[in-house]
Amino acid sequence: MQVTLRIQRFNPETDSKPYYREYTVEVEPTDRVLDALNYIKWYQDGTLTFRRSCAHGVCGSDAMRINGRNRLACKVLIKDLGPKITIEPLLGFRIIRDLVVDMEPFFAQYRGVMPYLINDEPPPVRERLQSPEERAIYDDTTKCILCACCTAACPIFWTTEWLGPAAIVNAHRFLFDSRDRAAEERLAILNQKFGVWRCRTIFNCTEACPRGIQVTNAIEQVKRRILFEQS
Amino acid sequence: MYHRFDAVIVGAGGAGLMAAAQLAGQCNVAVISKLYPVRSHTGAAQGGIAAALGNVEEDHWIWHMFDTVKGGDYLVDQDAAEVLAREAIDAIIELEHWGFPFNRTPDGRIDQRRFGGHTRNFGEGPVRRACYAADRTGHMILQTLYQTALKKQVTFFDEFMMLDLLLTDGVCTGVVAMDIETGELHIFHAKAVLLATGGFGRVYKVTSNALAATGDGVAIAFRRGIPLEDMEFYQFHPTGIYKMGILLSEACRGEGGILRNGLGERFMERYAPTLLDLAPRDMVSRAIYQEIRAGRGVDGKDYVWLDLTHLPPEVIETKLPDITDFVRTYLGLDPVKDLIPIQPTAHYAMGGIPTDVDGRVTIDEQNTPIPGLYAAGECACVSVHGANRLGTNSLVDLVVFGRRAGRHMLTFVQENDFHPLSKEPDYRARAEVEWILENEGTERVATLRAELQEAMMTDAGVFRTGDGLKRLQQKLGELRTRYSQIRIDDKCRTFNMELVEAIELGFLLDCAEAIAASALAREESRGAHYREDFPARDDANWLKHTLIARTSGGLQLSYKPVVITRFEPKERVY
Repeated sequence: MQVTLRIQRFNPETDSKPYYREYTVEVEPTDRVLDALNYIKWYQDGTLTFRRSCAHGVCGSDAMRINGRNRLACKVLIKDLGPKITIEPLLGFRIIRDLVVDMEPFFAQYRGVMPYLINDEPPPVRERLQSPEERAIYDDTTKCILCACCTAACPIFWTTEWLGPAAIVNAHRFLFDSRDRAAEERLAILNQKFGVWRCRTIFNCTEACPRGIQVTNAIEQVKRRILFEQS
Repeated sequence: MYHRFDAVIVGAGGAGLMAAAQLAGQCNVAVISKLYPVRSHTGAAQGGIAAALGNVEEDHWIWHMFDTVKGGDYLVDQDAAEVLAREAIDAIIELEHWGFPFNRTPDGRIDQRRFGGHTRNFGEGPVRRACYAADRTGHMILQTLYQTALKKQVTFFDEFMMLDLLLTDGVCTGVVAMDIETGELHIFHAKAVLLATGGFGRVYKVTSNALAATGDGVAIAFRRGIPLEDMEFYQFHPTGIYKMGILLSEACRGEGGILRNGLGERFMERYAPTLLDLAPRDMVSRAIYQEIRAGRGVDGKDYVWLDLTHLPPEVIETKLPDITDFVRTYLGLDPVKDLIPIQPTAHYAMGGIPTDVDGRVTIDEQNTPIPGLYAAGECACVSVHGANRLGTNSLVDLVVFGRRAGRHMLTFVQENDFHPLSKEPDYRARAEVEWILENEGTERVATLRAELQEAMMTDAGVFRTGDGLKRLQQKLGELRTRYSQIRIDDKCRTFNMELVEAIELGFLLDCAEAIAASALAREESRGAHYREDFPARDDANWLKHTLIARTSGGLQLSYKPVVITRFEPKERVY
């Protein structure tokens, strides 16, 4: 089938502001949007620029706005979109070129929540024990691939400085891990002005997550944790 | 720009990050990565990481070692396999202590599942040895190691692409890399360099590998005169999604899934009566093609079925959730009730840059190391995988040898000074970038790459012949000539991915040439290298590692002995 992709373009070396360009390609209905983008880049216009790597939704490189929604280009099939597709970079980040945005502020927020296990007790010779039930509590948030679909879908993030959903998801992953001992420090970070309280439970993040993580639910669990630990 | 670090690690997948974790805080270390570290292809590994923990049934490291040796069709260096099997246990425990979220047994220990070729008591039957986190084990390793590296405050250069390796007077002195965002070249002066750049699955048309898996480190080492080891051994994973190549983990079969041909028969009964669908990957991939050739593919086409429909739905949903998602997303099928169309997919390079058990890169038949140069992970060849890697052993390889390389590097940088760089160390990298940006030919990179991938699939895939490999070499020669006539549209410096892809195509051509020449020379069938004109294994002549080097006189082959310590080569039946 033939599809038309309307793609936002911007090259800082030649353009003063972004513009749109249309490409028409012949694709299979079961092709991924990424296949169409690659086809354009490889055979029509080598200057079209986007990130990509695994091409099956596990590396998180190709997050972009597809018909207004944040998706991974490799996880959306053409047949689910129809013959006219609009593609734009994620909102809320500086555009480096075309669909490539500056992810550094996103990773800085991630690093800010201490996204690593902290437990200074001497470890046992073998593994630390954790029951399947304890493991299940934080299972959902271990799935995060840091693609930024959630954070870039958050209206609060577009206008206000705050940690954003992805950083909180990763804080949750450790806060609810029975092996971790740094809940107090992490909760203090999350309880700051720019922490969880900026969330207005809009649920855009949950809808955007290509891994199906219940993002808003995780944020709410962190909020409740702060309330309970303080009381 | 000039940088100076005691140690530079190229690649931020499992091996690179594991090494970085050893060095961080002990010396000045930088990690250079073509992708953001969390995008590395380690994250796509699914099913598990083997270690003889014996958490759910009796197991011993020596059984793991034996399986690795036999699985590799006896081309495995047994000293290295012993290190792998012994240290896997300790490495898994270390990962757990760093926060790895393993699936657990009811009593809270690390749970374990079955995987292809892993057996109890030297081949009696399948054993539960693969530690796992659902079907996202690689994702969890990558996350855990990246988190640990952040905790230890490792310096990262994200989206920097290595273009050259600096060797001065036979000593490694650093690397040259391009900042993809700006196009600027950076010289990294180092006492020690670790290449952890991953595989080169993108030489093949149907592959489970990421678009970024283009053999950068392997090709650059090859260009700098370092020989490559056992390049003819390339693994095709039996269960890739038909046409797309997306991996469906062996854990599907580990949890009880079976393969069926177009007639609905469980055909592995004819090929591996003991291990059936859990036979090693080389055997299963060949069996699938044999069924297809015999007209027993589905509807006479080139695929067969993976059948999970007899498994309890909760096993599929909870132990194989990502795979279920892939099948639903890309095929519109439901593994709970539908058969899944699969075909073998190019998956893993057993060969690569030769190293010793401490990750030191060696340059000849006597295993002479190059001071300061290390390699680990898929780009390296220790060799623990021999002629065919067992499932879950790649992740073991990453953590065990990434760790050993890191530790050895630490000693090396503590005992050695910076060796001076040569004059204008970045001249080769600069020339390559300028040439590609300025060349005004008529060939498109994508066209050449597609022809390369097609030719490799046809003539250097699961089945090979002398005639086919000669035809392939001719094709590669033609592609090499046409590569000198490429033209790219994008002449900018900012995030020029067309430039990146053009450079990567050069790397892929190097890898393909090494594969073709090594495969043509090896006139026997062993593991993943199956020659239809030489269908038997030939220990008398070929129980040895291939080394292929690029010299001024062309490609040069030499051979080195296999290290045999505990297990004498035997016929391989399952």
